[in-house]
Amino acid sequence: MDLDSITVALRSFWTVWLALLFTGIVVYAMWPGNRGKFEDASRIPLKEDGQEF
Amino acid sequence: MTSATLTPGAALGSQRVSENVRYYEDAVRLFVIASVFWGVVGFLAGVFIALQLAFPALNLGLEWTSFGRLRPVHTSAVIFAFGGNVLFATSLYSVQRTSRQFLFGGEGLAKFVFWNYNIFIVLAALSYVLGYTQGKEYAEPEWILDLYLTVIWVLYAIQFVGTVMTRKESHIYVANWFFMAFILTVAILHIGNNVNVPVSLTGMKSYPFVSGVQSAMVQWWYGHNAVGFFLTAGFLGIMYYFVPKRAERPVYSYRLSIVHFWTLIFLYIWAGPHHLHYTALPDWAQTLGMTFSVMLWMPSWGGMINGIMTLSGAWDKLRTDPVLRFLVTSVAFYGMSTFEGPLMSVKPVNALSHYTDWTIGHVHSGALGWVAFISFGAIYYLVPVLWKRSQLYSLRLVSYHFWTATIGIVLYITAMWVSGIMQGLMWRAYDNLGFLQYSFVETVAAMHPFYVIRALGGVLFLAGALIMVYNLWRTAKGDVRIEKPYASAPHKAAVGAA
Repeated sequence: MDLDSITVALRSFWTVWLALLFTGIVVYAMWPGNRGKFEDASRIPLKEDGQEF
Repeated sequence: MTSATLTPGAALGSQRVSENVRYYEDAVRLFVIASVFWGVVGFLAGVFIALQLAFPALNLGLEWTSFGRLRPVHTSAVIFAFGGNVLFATSLYSVQRTSRQFLFGGEGLAKFVFWNYNIFIVLAALSYVLGYTQGKEYAEPEWILDLYLTVIWVLYAIQFVGTVMTRKESHIYVANWFFMAFILTVAILHIGNNVNVPVSLTGMKSYPFVSGVQSAMVQWWYGHNAVGFFLTAGFLGIMYYFVPKRAERPVYSYRLSIVHFWTLIFLYIWAGPHHLHYTALPDWAQTLGMTFSVMLWMPSWGGMINGIMTLSGAWDKLRTDPVLRFLVTSVAFYGMSTFEGPLMSVKPVNALSHYTDWTIGHVHSGALGWVAFISFGAIYYLVPVLWKRSQLYSLRLVSYHFWTATIGIVLYITAMWVSGIMQGLMWRAYDNLGFLQYSFVETVAAMHPFYVIRALGGVLFLAGALIMVYNLWRTAKGDVRIEKPYASAPHKAAVGAA
């Protein structure tokens, strides 16, 4: 089995790879340990410099 | 950034004092002026061609003023001139603030992009009126103008992405993800759909490199993703910055915004074939396009919930702040038109709706209700800030604008629903001998009253925009209208209160 045929075989499962990647993103977004980081990020627009306040 | 900085009061206070970045705003001001100007031009062009459909004598018997040439002037003016300048203004304004960094490439590059983009718009409009077009919807400019736009777009991309890459904020805020997806995808779409071979290097005419149904598929891969990434992802970037900013509270769920972003990116790009149902495009491709369109319900509604629920606990602001009302209503229209879109992509529904006015109504509920309303909200937010005024000239006038425009949209989309469904039903009506019941011209005559109602809706929408122009003009001059204030001061409260 050469590299070409392996590539073709893996490529035919592209929906599966994208679904796995997407699942990973959802897990990352919902991971309890990331909660603080994301709450902090959500405040970025509200903590600007003093120019307009 | 550690989780220790979470306690809002303390962290925000110290940062505001310690950070003192000077942001570039001259070019942003130019983009705001251009978007208001092109908005009025584009709405006016829309009203005129709507009247041409109702009263064909308005074609004036001249080739330059015929509907076929003026229609792309209208679509380009509202999408690329109005919408484009709004996207430049809002993205270049908010990326500096969410990155706590001044613009990469400086004011000079931003102004270069501004002048060249707007020169491109004028040249494109002139070329349509003179009869030069690729004949592809939303991709009408001929090859030489396409090359010009590519250069401008790459410079804009360098400026935006460069600012993000040199940011002082550790996290890339979600609005910037949406803006970057918009910039990157529009670049790919524009290049992919404009691989053309010029007839000669000194002439305007060119032919697409691919032909037949492949060419149609490339066009609607472009066309639908122009909707998905120019008119949706870009304006979602506006939503994720300006709704929290105006409501003075963080977005409802940041985690949902991450899922929203990636779902939208994964799904949108496949939806294009639904524009080619029942054509020479293979059936499997049509079904694929339909399936991905239906799946788009999820990110669209996830994003809508995220935008609207940002106001949870502060619903009273809808009553006291007409600017926020524009922003939130736009998100509601986003939810409505992204419900209607997948429905229309289902093949049996499409069999009725395609090529009828229903499509036009659908596009306008998205374009007027979502894109234009969120743009108005952002512009009303930006003008007092950019012109260093403490408040708008008049919030009451914002409210008049809101209601005038809303009634205009309702007239527009209801007229097109009735007209479109009637048109579709008349086309497929058979008599008991199996003959078509109506001739084509009978369906055209039946639509006349609805064309008049649609034009009236357009006039109201244009009138609302003129109220905005007056309000913004007085705001920039520093005037404040003497009027009954809304129950509570709607903005400029201490940020700690959010």
